[in-house]
Amino acid sequence: MTRSRITLLALAIAALVVAPLGQGNYIIYTLCSWLVFSIAAMGLNLTLGYAGQVSLAQAGFMGIGAYITALMTLNGVHWSLAAFISIVSSFAVGLALGYPALRVQHHFLAFVTLAFNTLLFLVLRNEEEITGGSFGLVGMPRPSFFGISTDGNLPFYYFSLVCFLLSTGVLWWILRSPWGRAFKALRENPIRAESLGLKIRRQTLLAFAIGSAFGGLAGAMQTPLVQFIEPGSFALIHSLKILLMVVVGGSGFFFGPMLGAAVVILLPELLRFTEGYYLIIYAALVIVLMVYSPNGLIGLGQKLLEKVRPKHEARHDLKQGVSL
Amino acid sequence: MAELLQLLISGLAAGSIYALAAVGFTLLWQASQTINFAQGEFVMLPAFFVLIGMTVFGLPLWLSIVFGLALALLILGVAFKRLIVEPMLPHGTLPLVIATIALGLLMKESVKEFYGATAQPFPAIFPQTVYNVAGASVSVQDICNLIVSMLAIGSLQLFLNRTRTGRCMQATAQNPAVAEVLGVNVKRMVLYTFLINAALATIASVLISPIYLAKFSNGETLGLVAFIAAIVGGFNQIRGALVGGLLIGVIDNLSAVYVSSEYRSAMPLILLIAIILLRPQGLLGTPEGRTV
Amino acid sequence: MINKLVYATALVTTLAAAPAMAELKVGSIVELSGPGAAAGTNFRDGVKMGFEEINDAGGVLNEQIAVTEYDSQTDPQVSRAMVQKAIDDGVYAIMGTVFSSSTVVNMLVARQAGIPQFTGSEAPSITSMNNPYIFRTAFGSQKGVPKMAKYMADEMKVKKVAIVWANTEFGKGGHTSFLKEAENHGFEIVADIPTEQAQSDFSADIVKLKGAQADAAFVYVTEEESARFLREARKQGVTIPLVGETTLIGHKVIELAGEAANGAMGHVGLTPDANIPAMTEMVEKFKAKFNYTPDHNAIKGYTAAYALKCVTEMVGEPDSQAIAEKMHGLTLKAADCPGVLMDVSWDETGEMSRESFFVQVENGKQVVKAVLPPN
Repeated sequence: MTRSRITLLALAIAALVVAPLGQGNYIIYTLCSWLVFSIAAMGLNLTLGYAGQVSLAQAGFMGIGAYITALMTLNGVHWSLAAFISIVSSFAVGLALGYPALRVQHHFLAFVTLAFNTLLFLVLRNEEEITGGSFGLVGMPRPSFFGISTDGNLPFYYFSLVCFLLSTGVLWWILRSPWGRAFKALRENPIRAESLGLKIRRQTLLAFAIGSAFGGLAGAMQTPLVQFIEPGSFALIHSLKILLMVVVGGSGFFFGPMLGAAVVILLPELLRFTEGYYLIIYAALVIVLMVYSPNGLIGLGQKLLEKVRPKHEARHDLKQGVSL
Repeated sequence: MAELLQLLISGLAAGSIYALAAVGFTLLWQASQTINFAQGEFVMLPAFFVLIGMTVFGLPLWLSIVFGLALALLILGVAFKRLIVEPMLPHGTLPLVIATIALGLLMKESVKEFYGATAQPFPAIFPQTVYNVAGASVSVQDICNLIVSMLAIGSLQLFLNRTRTGRCMQATAQNPAVAEVLGVNVKRMVLYTFLINAALATIASVLISPIYLAKFSNGETLGLVAFIAAIVGGFNQIRGALVGGLLIGVIDNLSAVYVSSEYRSAMPLILLIAIILLRPQGLLGTPEGRTV
Repeated sequence: MINKLVYATALVTTLAAAPAMAELKVGSIVELSGPGAAAGTNFRDGVKMGFEEINDAGGVLNEQIAVTEYDSQTDPQVSRAMVQKAIDDGVYAIMGTVFSSSTVVNMLVARQAGIPQFTGSEAPSITSMNNPYIFRTAFGSQKGVPKMAKYMADEMKVKKVAIVWANTEFGKGGHTSFLKEAENHGFEIVADIPTEQAQSDFSADIVKLKGAQADAAFVYVTEEESARFLREARKQGVTIPLVGETTLIGHKVIELAGEAANGAMGHVGLTPDANIPAMTEMVEKFKAKFNYTPDHNAIKGYTAAYALKCVTEMVGEPDSQAIAEKMHGLTLKAADCPGVLMDVSWDETGEMSRESFFVQVENGKQVVKAVLPPN
């Protein structure tokens, strides 16, 4: 890491720390939402951008995390234990789901996860005695740490920020580890990677499971944030929304998901003056973006940069694009 | 017995419409590796074209259907291919998947904003007379829907197998590069595929809307069902999509009565997972050489 | 479409011009996209028409009301954020949301801020949480369903009942209330049939219903599903009475189901077909303005706007706290506050009561069979 990068990173973190100060509750709440969805999108980015697998169940994994956390914290268990169990469970479910799906043919993970997300919704809705059914669960407490309560919006923001920075750090570490570097090898040239002794299937499976675990953590944070969960919040459409975040931001770029989540969450706000038309405009913008820059906004930025600095060497690993 | 017959007939009538959507789905996949997440909206939209023809231009029903078909061919066929699919093909499947998700949203929201958020009645094309067949109520509409969809799919199959153009389209689907070398106009063949998909969607839309009513959100369930039907039947075979569609229609009805109403929509999904694990090429599909 | 564009432009210009005057802010947080869009749009337009009329007539306490609209996207999480935003924007009262799953969440925020909230939701749980800031604009299913069950038991002499309900928080609320009433009246439940949101094919459900040998069926699904249900019931020759709520026999359902709606009956709280002159007049104005027939959600929004106006003027200042306190135990007479259309009262929990009707559809029209007193 170069010095300028470290400075940039420190500046970014400082910006995140001061961002909510002096803001209204709504802004703080929206920032919290953004942090939560960034974590979920970061996880999906590992699956999608680095391992090249489409998962259509990221919202489902958030649901697993959210419900486990809700049920445990409602019964007096501390949030941190509940979150830990949520992460582990999502990881385990990811393994169980990915193992058979990846064994068959490699784009079938998308179909299996699609089915899984819809099935999960039905179970959450129908198994009323446990999950509260379509009425959902309400009144989950916000956690306290060392006597400091996160009930207020500002403390909760800092709590979310800590979780966010921790997950970012973990992801960074994963991608820097020898194991994570293998992903880049895999993405750049799968045949060569395999000939060098990489087990593609095991590698992709782990990436999917870890990505799902991030979804579990995001869910565990959503529960105390919203203090209400219902099956509809974890339906397939929300998985598509997270997928959109990753791709719009730029899949395969480390900061792509954060940018994508910000766009998806904030754009409706920016387009509010268009009244009912904002979703139409938003959808049209996504299509145009995909046509001109399949690598998302970060890809678009790089393209523009290249135009300014024609000698800049493009990253070859991204030229190929990800395929389903 | 009458009960079972009733469920089978209703299931087949609904399933035949799913099959139309699913066939279009597989066609696009074969010709251009497009996984069209907006397929449900493709079926939702033509009904509104027809309604616009009737209410805005005051055309009679048959002329409005022609009008709707023309618009569908233009927008869902030509424009979709030229403006969205074609420029994105070199980028691989994922950006296209995202673009079709966004396209579905665009179509849905546009209908809601410009036509209305509530369901609209849609004129019936066939008489709704009901006959009692061995205790089951069978409407002329159901039977006609079944016949029209079967005819549409049957003639499509004939067209693909028996005509020169059809065979060129198949060659394109199997291997565009070789087809090109053999002198097939690949781009034109792909365009035909998109036009056929638009036409099938229009037929499905006109058949289903009198029963389901025309509503902006109709595509959500339909798209998912078509998707499942296509995978269950075999993603690379037209007759697979046909069987998949009919099967899903019947299973949905049977499981609602004999398994559980709460989990009726789970049955097709469980079938989907089972098929993927046990017979990934689908019930009638042939294994695909390429990994995608 | 052109109309809509012109209208949107006009609205933007009025909104841009508005801030010049002193004004009171009201937030309208509704489902403008997602599955709740149909209901939300109705409610929004009702609120909008109500406040436009009020502003044209001089406003509230001689001040103009500025309504800001927020889209909850039918997503509880977003709805919570939007209520928060409205409060940050300085509203003194909130209209919405309609979907109960959203309302149960965002009412917590309004409560924390002490802002009165007029919800369109009908789920029983809303008023059972001791929230002093929530007020209904139509009574919950736990009040509507007993009226209907009583009519079924006393007038129709029903013994065996089948229940068809939407497996959502809306349908679930009606289902729970009905089961309770069934116990009170000694109904035997011979079939319990949950259906899906946005279900299009009801043949299997009708097959089940026919097999159940019930005296009557209680049908509690939303409007469009009701229309599809009634059509399929007609097709399969169901002869038992189908009894429901506004959602079974509303104007929209009759339009969609056509001839198949004839014979269906049920309990109606707010309806454009209530044969009340004020209501009819409001419906005509609404149709002329928005080009579609309003449903009960539009009337809820409209009456909520007027209820807020009247209460604010009774209190004498736009004080959120005082308004919330005043609302409890309040009765608004249509004679004193014409915009509420019918006499209405709120109890200590924010639950409301009002006269309602038992109607049957005959020849495509609602015919009132009995007037049911407030309970």
